Amino acid sequence: MAKIVVDVMLKPEILDPQGNAVASALPRLGFNFAKAVRQGKRFEIEIDGEPTAAQLAEVEKAAEVLLSNPVIENFVVRVEK
Amino acid sequence: MRVGVITFPGTLDDRDAARAVVIGGAEAVSLWHGNADLKSVDAVILPGGFSYGDYLRCGAISRFAPVMQLVIDAANKGMPVLGICNGFQVLCESHLLPGALTRNSDLHFLCRDQEIEIVNNQTAWTSSFKQGEQIVIPLKNGEGSFQCDDQTLAMLEGEGRVIARYVGEKGNVVGLMPHPEHAINELTGPSAQGLGFFTSILNAMVK
Repeated sequence: MAKIVVDVMLKPEILDPQGNAVASALPRLGFNFAKAVRQGKRFEIEIDGEPTAAQLAEVEKAAEVLLSNPVIENFVVRVEK
Repeated sequence: MRVGVITFPGTLDDRDAARAVVIGGAEAVSLWHGNADLKSVDAVILPGGFSYGDYLRCGAISRFAPVMQLVIDAANKGMPVLGICNGFQVLCESHLLPGALTRNSDLHFLCRDQEIEIVNNQTAWTSSFKQGEQIVIPLKNGEGSFQCDDQTLAMLEGEGRVIARYVGEKGNVVGLMPHPEHAINELTGPSAQGLGFFTSILNAMVK
């Protein structure tokens, strides 16, 4: 069994109020390392066996059509061992 | 004149929208998201709410409902479609309107009586208003921040598709975040000025 991971992030130019809220909460807890925070979504997709090139192409398609909105988001597909 | 009002799982404002259609003078026809049947309606309203729990992104899953495939085809052929709040989000996800709607800045859920100005009264849904008319209708959303690239914004502005809200290419597809269907009667709303959206669609059909 393999796991395909799709990470979806808001494009850099899109305001991320959730990331900003996290960034401003960190120093209140004494964590002073963050210059900025962006929050995204991670999808973990389990499949039987090793993924084929055709399956990965399908996941790319699904990421474009459903998992992300290309108007505001970028995505990355990768296989996790 | 038959105006369809779609109910998705999680839709809230279908009853108010149907009532507004009737008070506006048309027949309201309930449409169910799971049925690929537009029941011969002349126009469609996508009401507000939290369709499919707003899972994934607002409107992202509703877009693929069986009824939406028919709405998308019909809208592209010119049928008037009005998306209110969550309905607007569904229209953006369906690519019937450009852009997308994201979290309000500061993450606030806004709930207030909102003054808006009708800056284009030449659409199927705004012809009952005077150009420049200011009306007050309720606004209530958490993800009403409209996003698009500069080129798209310039196109929307240049083609008169902004009405203090956003209008489709031919003026038949209109989306707005505030809720005209909650401003039909002064007893229960901040004004009765929302009714204009529902009488406009009658004018559009008579033409």
